[in-house]
Amino acid sequence: MALSKLDNLYRQVILDHSAHPHHHGHLQKATNEIELRNPTCGDVLQLEIALTDNKISDIAFSGDGCTISQASASMMTDAVIGKTPAEAEQMVQAFSTMVIGDRPDQDLSILGDASILKGVAQFPARIKCATLAWKALNNALTGEDGKGMAQLLTSHED
Amino acid sequence: MGKNLNDIRADFPILEQQVNDEPLVYLDNAATTQKPKAVVEALTHYYYHDNANVHRGVHTLAERATEQFEAAREKVRAFINARSTKEVLFTRGTTTSLNWIAASYGEANVNAGDEIVISYMEHHSNLVPWQQLALRKQAKLKYIKLNADGTLDMTDAAQQITDQTKIVAIAQVSNVLGVVNPVKDLAKLAHQHGAVMVVDGAQSLPNMPVDVQALDCDFLAFSGHKMMGPTGIGGLYAKEELLNAMAPVEFGGEMIDFVNLFDSSWSQLPWKFEAGTPDISGAIGLGAAIDYLNQFGMAAVHEHEQKLVDYVLPQLLAIDGLTVYGPHDPAKHTGVIAFNLDGLHPHDLATGLDMEGVAVRAGHHCAQPLMKYLQVPATARASFYIYNTKADADRLVESIVATKEFFKNGTI
Ligand SMILES: Cc1ncc(COP(=O)(O)O)c(C=O)c1O
Repeated sequence: MALSKLDNLYRQVILDHSAHPHHHGHLQKATNEIELRNPTCGDVLQLEIALTDNKISDIAFSGDGCTISQASASMMTDAVIGKTPAEAEQMVQAFSTMVIGDRPDQDLSILGDASILKGVAQFPARIKCATLAWKALNNALTGEDGKGMAQLLTSHED
Repeated sequence: MGKNLNDIRADFPILEQQVNDEPLVYLDNAATTQKPKAVVEALTHYYYHDNANVHRGVHTLAERATEQFEAAREKVRAFINARSTKEVLFTRGTTTSLNWIAASYGEANVNAGDEIVISYMEHHSNLVPWQQLALRKQAKLKYIKLNADGTLDMTDAAQQITDQTKIVAIAQVSNVLGVVNPVKDLAKLAHQHGAVMVVDGAQSLPNMPVDVQALDCDFLAFSGHKMMGPTGIGGLYAKEELLNAMAPVEFGGEMIDFVNLFDSSWSQLPWKFEAGTPDISGAIGLGAAIDYLNQFGMAAVHEHEQKLVDYVLPQLLAIDGLTVYGPHDPAKHTGVIAFNLDGLHPHDLATGLDMEGVAVRAGHHCAQPLMKYLQVPATARASFYIYNTKADADRLVESIVATKEFFKNGTI
């Protein structure tokens, strides 16, 4: 049955993260925050980051979204805690390359759990769900409109 | 009339394919419909045999192209029962048509303090042009409320439409709730207060008989691609006296009568509004789509769709945890059915259905204010058309149930 292909996208870890997202809610004191929308589907993600001594000391997200966007946000928050903004940027790049599926031989170890979202590459319509949280991270840290990431992803969006 | 609607699948080669190893069930018709061979062949024939620019040549091909282009306009006129082809303008589609009304009629007739009345169920293309006009003119944009079952609250309509109202703009059929709005009554109400009635016919023209004289609407906008025509072509109907008084929105070739160095005069209706080379093949393709629909008659098209709704709606409502938006009475519901499964985002649901070969849409359906009104971020939406069958409806129901099970168990 064709639904068995869904297993490639919705791995158990992904379903768990979505059902019980980590770092879901708000921070007492955020240094960087952003709200990002996915205009094609109406999903909204708020991301709050606390930077201490040039490291992400705490992070929280909230908003509405599908299983993939919620799980991706949860995994992203796990993965970037304790990282410097520069390290986080590298992870954003790695994640973006991974979901586009251009470099199957890529080393994904820096992404932690989030590397399990690799399967998204087989579901082009869902790439933007997976990248929403990472784009938000990028934008919140750079204070920009996520340039590097946006460029990489434009051909796969909308 | 006469051709049997149960026997038309062969006219749509695109439907005969596997998607994700399953036979395709196409249920995204409210977004765009598939095209019968007759429409594709009309385009091919035009380009292989008759292609030339219209209204500008004395040679034979130019004559043929012009003749077919204007014949298509006559087909549209007859299809909506306009009085004259002067009242039928070709545009890129509903969105362009509505923008033209706002930019021309709206710009000239709406002033500070005036009101424009729409509803909470409008598509962005029948909302943003009015919102922006209201902002430009410091006019007031008002929204008619909905009843609990998603139908338009006509008591509220009677209150919102006042002597200050200049424009009432409402979809005849909602692209989310599947309701048919009483645009004839609304037109009457608008006229009592001296306002004009704009009908967004994007979802009604493909599915039911529409008679602009019987509705007594002042404007009607529609898209060819939602009624089996090509993309890029649509129409704007407007009463002749309104068009005569309105200024063109675009200027250039085709639409002029005489051009002097410092002023110009405009061509007659309908060409006054059609600046530049139009979508000639698109118009001819739209004409072919209308011919295709006319083989059955719009009453039969509507009846076919209604039978499918009678069949599928109760089955959807019987799925535990499934919410259908809009009326639950099949008699009040068109073939556009929006729904959600408890605890599952519509994107995840739509991906599950796609794996089963069932194409539905998930998202806000270009109706963000409606989503907010319904207090949901998004919905899934299945929409049926004339080539869909009860077997398609069964596949929809089965794959929703299977997807639900998948997410309940985490695996299958
Ligand atoms: C009710 C309604 N109005 C307007 C539109 C816009 O049509 P188009 O995108 O063809 O201009 C649509 C189509 O999505 C619609 O369903």
